[in-house]
Amino acid sequence: MGITTALAKRATRSESTLRGKLLGFVRGELDDLIQRVAGNDFDKRIAQIQARGQGADPFGFDPEWAKYALASAALFHKYYFRVETHGIDNVPEGRALLIANHSGQIPIDAGLILSAMFYDANPPRMLRSMVEKWSQTLPVVSTFFARCGQVVGVPENATRLLEMGEALLVFPEGTRGISKPFSERYRLQDFGLGFMRLALETRTPIVPIAVVGAEEQYINLGNVQSLARALKMPVFPIVPQWMIPGLQMPLPTRYRIYFGDPLEFKGDPDDEDAVMEEKVEVVRATIQAMINRGLKQRKGLFW
Amino acid sequence: MVAKPKRTAADKPAPAARRTRRPPAPELPAEAKADDPTLPIVVTGICGRLGRHLTRHLHRERLVIGIDRRSFAGLPKDVEHCRFDIRRKKTRDVFRAHEVAAVVHLGVMHDPRATSTEHHTWNVVAFQKLLEYVAQYRVPKLVVLSTSAIYGPRPDNAQFLTEESPLLGSARFSGVRDLIEVDMLAQSFFWKHPETETVILRPAHILGSVRNAPSNYLRLPRIPTLFGFDPMLQVIHELDVVRAITLALRPGVRGIFNLAGPPALPLSKLIELTGKPRLPVPHPMAEAIVGRLWSLRITSFPAPELDHLRYVCMVDDRRARRLLGYEPMYDAAQAVDAVFENE
Repeated sequence: MGITTALAKRATRSESTLRGKLLGFVRGELDDLIQRVAGNDFDKRIAQIQARGQGADPFGFDPEWAKYALASAALFHKYYFRVETHGIDNVPEGRALLIANHSGQIPIDAGLILSAMFYDANPPRMLRSMVEKWSQTLPVVSTFFARCGQVVGVPENATRLLEMGEALLVFPEGTRGISKPFSERYRLQDFGLGFMRLALETRTPIVPIAVVGAEEQYINLGNVQSLARALKMPVFPIVPQWMIPGLQMPLPTRYRIYFGDPLEFKGDPDDEDAVMEEKVEVVRATIQAMINRGLKQRKGLFW
Repeated sequence: MVAKPKRTAADKPAPAARRTRRPPAPELPAEAKADDPTLPIVVTGICGRLGRHLTRHLHRERLVIGIDRRSFAGLPKDVEHCRFDIRRKKTRDVFRAHEVAAVVHLGVMHDPRATSTEHHTWNVVAFQKLLEYVAQYRVPKLVVLSTSAIYGPRPDNAQFLTEESPLLGSARFSGVRDLIEVDMLAQSFFWKHPETETVILRPAHILGSVRNAPSNYLRLPRIPTLFGFDPMLQVIHELDVVRAITLALRPGVRGIFNLAGPPALPLSKLIELTGKPRLPVPHPMAEAIVGRLWSLRITSFPAPELDHLRYVCMVDDRRARRLLGYEPMYDAAQAVDAVFENE
């Protein structure tokens, strides 16, 4: 007896109870709502994700569960930030490392690149990304991340995902990028070298991504180092908007996401840092150029 | 070979008289001896559920000698049961009287209620003695059943831990320290005595008629979980473990092997398979309650072990599949059913 049939048998038993019926009703209503928000082809896209064989996932990714997260992401993707994607077909079929600039105080850019790959790519794809280790200690959050395909940020997991043929999203700037002040906007910070070693080790193509529009969603006047240290936080940004009640939401800037041509690198993954830096600089320069081009093309912040 | 008496002298100051009575070295090459069906296999902890399964599996083809102080109802007639404590000197007599083909060490105690002295003398001192006999009487094969719990459930674990991962299980729960020590002793024996093929098996959560923590957890009428946590888990049917042990007994196999069982599944799915209701409790509350019940001696589940319900502790079993030829035969549903089979 297969595990799915065993589960299905037990599920039909619970559906006959009152609680089961109620849950079934709520789920049905919710699914209707999702159709209205996320578009008619939502179910088809979910089915395509499942068909990719990501259903039985050792990392705990579950399309049945992720669909609720994706549907709420649609609100932001389609209506709030009105995401515009360019060159999304540049993402290759198999394994890929997606390298993007990171900005905006809170990682909304990650969510929107993820939903872009789901709503705008054909066939749709569920990107994987890496989350902080401490997020695993938080109830609900840890489960939410795992079910949406996010994994703990350790090198072994990254290698494994790429070996499985997944597309992995990485922000080499890390917190340096996300919490930079407004005056530094669209200027890339230093890149970490880990992603390049990973790409060389697993011979994975790198897709450069430029996100334009995220850097204005919150205006950060500067980071207070001493407070951050005292509160044991990575940074303590001064965002005037956050002091005004009701303005905690980011500004509805229009997001433009540019996917560049895949870059392939060759070499020894255990080379010295200096050699790595050269290669990383190529990626960094490519993304900076894409950002600059995107900024020039942009007519307005909000439309 | 020549270095052996030196080791006994250096590591363990054994009385000289004992060494002179050592039997002469066997002429047979080690590999042939391990495979010789006329030579017996010694199984420690034979009266545990796993030991019984292994005995039923082995006794038709091989001679089996069991060492266990407990009783074995329904013991096959051709199995010799040495009913004494493994810590006693009689253990040595087993090796004196027979030329042993292999030792399977299942007799590891993990009872959180037992005192630390009891644990230590049983798991460490007795095992050290056993290793000494294995070396002294040139037993060609040693299989040790360790556990993947010694890696420890941690928030920063890689999703799949390889055999080289550090053993951090005791960082939060000192009760695991003994199990780590057993594993480490077996590891150092592996390097010190290349003439014995040492195999260390580290299975994931074993499910079945066994009376271990994961099986007992699923036997609870209402299964408590931690609110907001639903880690991925690996379970393995007890008979798959038995099969892995028999595979490890083949000559030529040596090393450390993780055993993972069927594909991992979330804890919630595992509980769904039992058909029982789930009871989510916030972690701080659960920790306090379990701690309280523990001190009142109502539960024998130590509170730090709750981390198994929060964080991943899964293993990469690619080495076992490649070198041991191990492949799980039972899926997760069958493993769960095995817990309730005889009730």
